[in-house]
Amino acid sequence: MTNEARTRPMKHAVPRNRRGAAGHPASAHRSRGPACQAIRRFARNRGALVSALFLGVFIALILVWPWVGCQAPDAISDLQFVAPGSGHWFGTDVHGRDLFTRVNNGARISLLVGAVGAAVSLVIGVIWGAAAGYLGGRVDGAMMRIVDVLYALPSIIFVIVLITTLNAAVDGWVSRGLSARGGAILKFAGLFGGLGAVSWLTMARIVRGEVLSLRTRPFVQASRALGAGHIRVVFHHILPNVVGIVIVYLALTVPAVVLYESFLSYLGLGIQPPQASLGSLIAEGAAQINPIRIYWWMIAFPAGTLMVVLLALNFVGDGLRDALDPRADP
Amino acid sequence: MYLVRRLLLLPPLLVVISLLAFLLVRTAPGGPFDRERKPASPDVERALRARYHLDEPLGQQYLRFLGGLVRGDFGASLKYRNHSVTDIIRQGLPVSLSLGLLAFGLALGVGIPAGVYGAMRKGEWSDYGVSVLTLLAVCIPGFVVGPVLVTVFAIRWQWLPVGLWESPMHAVLPTVSLGLYFAGKIARMMREGMLQTLRMDFIATARAKGLGETRVLMRHAFRLAVMPVVSYSGPLLADLLTGSFVIENLFQIPGLGVFMVNSSLNRDYPMVVGLVLLYAILLLGLNLIVDMLYAFLDPRVRYD
Repeated sequence: MTNEARTRPMKHAVPRNRRGAAGHPASAHRSRGPACQAIRRFARNRGALVSALFLGVFIALILVWPWVGCQAPDAISDLQFVAPGSGHWFGTDVHGRDLFTRVNNGARISLLVGAVGAAVSLVIGVIWGAAAGYLGGRVDGAMMRIVDVLYALPSIIFVIVLITTLNAAVDGWVSRGLSARGGAILKFAGLFGGLGAVSWLTMARIVRGEVLSLRTRPFVQASRALGAGHIRVVFHHILPNVVGIVIVYLALTVPAVVLYESFLSYLGLGIQPPQASLGSLIAEGAAQINPIRIYWWMIAFPAGTLMVVLLALNFVGDGLRDALDPRADP
Repeated sequence: MYLVRRLLLLPPLLVVISLLAFLLVRTAPGGPFDRERKPASPDVERALRARYHLDEPLGQQYLRFLGGLVRGDFGASLKYRNHSVTDIIRQGLPVSLSLGLLAFGLALGVGIPAGVYGAMRKGEWSDYGVSVLTLLAVCIPGFVVGPVLVTVFAIRWQWLPVGLWESPMHAVLPTVSLGLYFAGKIARMMREGMLQTLRMDFIATARAKGLGETRVLMRHAFRLAVMPVVSYSGPLLADLLTGSFVIENLFQIPGLGVFMVNSSLNRDYPMVVGLVLLYAILLLGLNLIVDMLYAFLDPRVRYD
C-alpha cells in the first residue's frame, strides 16, 4: 500500500515533465518499465504468442470438458479397440474406454503434475540458492557441495526409492484406516514432491549465482547501510532482481517435469490406474503394438497431445527467455 | 595444481556419495527378499540375511562395503544370486558404453551442424524449419520414438531387426531412438550459443579485419559458442553411458539401464550403491574433463 501511494503521483508527474522539457517521444519510450518492455517483446514473438493463446484455450478445454462430455473416463464397455470415428473421436482402448475422454483427463493430470512439480522445484531451488548466495562464505560452500553431491546421484534411483518408500508408507496407513481416496491423494502429492525434489538443483545453482553477484552491488549495500534487515534486503532488493531469470528457467522446467512424469508413468511408478496421464496412456498404447495388428490411435493421440503441449510450453519458454533476457536487444 | 586439487577431492566426494546412496536404499522400507517367487519362510529369510550380512548394524555393513571397495569389490548382488555386482557391471557396461557413445555421437553429429546452420540463417525460413524440427525432437519422448521406428522400419518394411544387440544393424534403431532427443537439445543450445557469440565485439573485429564469414564462424565464434554444449556433454555422457531403461527394455539390449531401475525397485542394496558409484565416477571425471576443455576453448579461463 505504501509503495503504491508513493509511486502514484510520480506516474502522473513524469510524463508531463518529460514531454514539457524534452518534447520528443523517445524519452517517453525510454521511461517504460522493464516489465512493460518484456511484455512487448513477448507479444512481438509470434510463435510464443500463438503458443500461449493455444495453451490458454487448451487448458480451458480440458478443465471444462468433464462437465460437457457425456462419457465417464473410466466407463468400461464392450467396444474394444474401436477405430476413431464419429462415436469415439479418438477410438477406444483395451477396456472399451473412450480414448478422447482418457486423453483429456491425462492431459489435465500431466499439466497439473508439470505445474506443481515445477512449483516445488521453484520453492526449494530459490530458497536454497538465495540462502547460499546471500550468506556466502563457508555456508555457501557447504550448501553448494550438497547440491554437487545430489547432482552425482542418478535421479532415477533417487526418485524410485523416494516414491516406492512413500507408496509403501501410504499403503500402510490405508490398511490402518486412512480412506482410499486420502491415500490416492497422498501418493499424488508424493509424486509431485519426488519430481520437484529432483529438479530443483539447477534452479538453486542459477539463483545462487545471481544472488552472489547482486549481494555486492552498491544498491544492496546502501540499503544495508540505511539499516534494512537481512530479510528485507533479500525479499525487497535481491529477489525482485532474480525474478526474470527464475521465470525463464521455470518455464523450461514445466515441460521437463511433464516429460519426466510420462517416463515414470511408463515405468509404472507415476500415475496409478485407473487414473491416467499422457505418459501412462502412451505406455498402454505401446504395449498393444504387435506385428499382426497396430492400434495406431492408442499411441498416436496421447503422443500427439503430449507433443503439442510440450511444443507450446517450449515455445512459451523460449519467448519468455527472449523477452526477459537483459542481454537481448531492446 | 588445480588439477591435483580436484583429483584429491574425488575420493572423499565418492565416499560421501556412496554413503548417501547406501543410507538412501538401506533405510527405505522393503527388503531384497520381499519379491521372491514364493514368500520365504522366516528361517530361510533369516539365513539369507545372515549370509549377506544384512543382520549386522548399519555402520558395520557400510564399513564392510568400503573395505570391499578398496579391493575393487562392490559386493554380491542380492537379486541375481551367485553374481557379484562387479560381474554384472563388467557384462553390461560395454553394451551400455557402446550404445551410449553411438547416441552421443549422433547427438553431437546432428545437433552441432544443425545449430550452427540455424544461427547462420537466423530469421530465414530454413532457420525456422530447423528450429521446428529440433524442437519436435525435444518434445517426443524416447518411448514414443522407439515403438514408432520399430513399427515402421522393423515390422512394416522389415529393413532393420526389431531388437537384440548383435550386429551393427541392430544398433541403428536404438541409437536413433536414444540420441534424437539429445540431438535436438544440443542443436538448440548450439544455435543459442552461436547467436550470443556473434553479438560479441571480437567477432566484429574479426569481420572488420576482412575475414571471410566461414572463417569467422568456424575459427573464431565456434570455440566460444560450443561451450554450453561442452558443459552439457559431461552430465549427458554420464547419463548415456550408464544406460537407458526405456531403450534397453524396448529393444531387449543387455545394458545397465535396466539394472539401474530394477535394482532400486528390488532394493538390491549392493547393486544400487555400485551403480551409483559408477555413475558418480563417470560424472565427476567427465566434469573434470569439461573444465579442462573450458580452459582450452576460452583463453580467458584460468585455473590457478
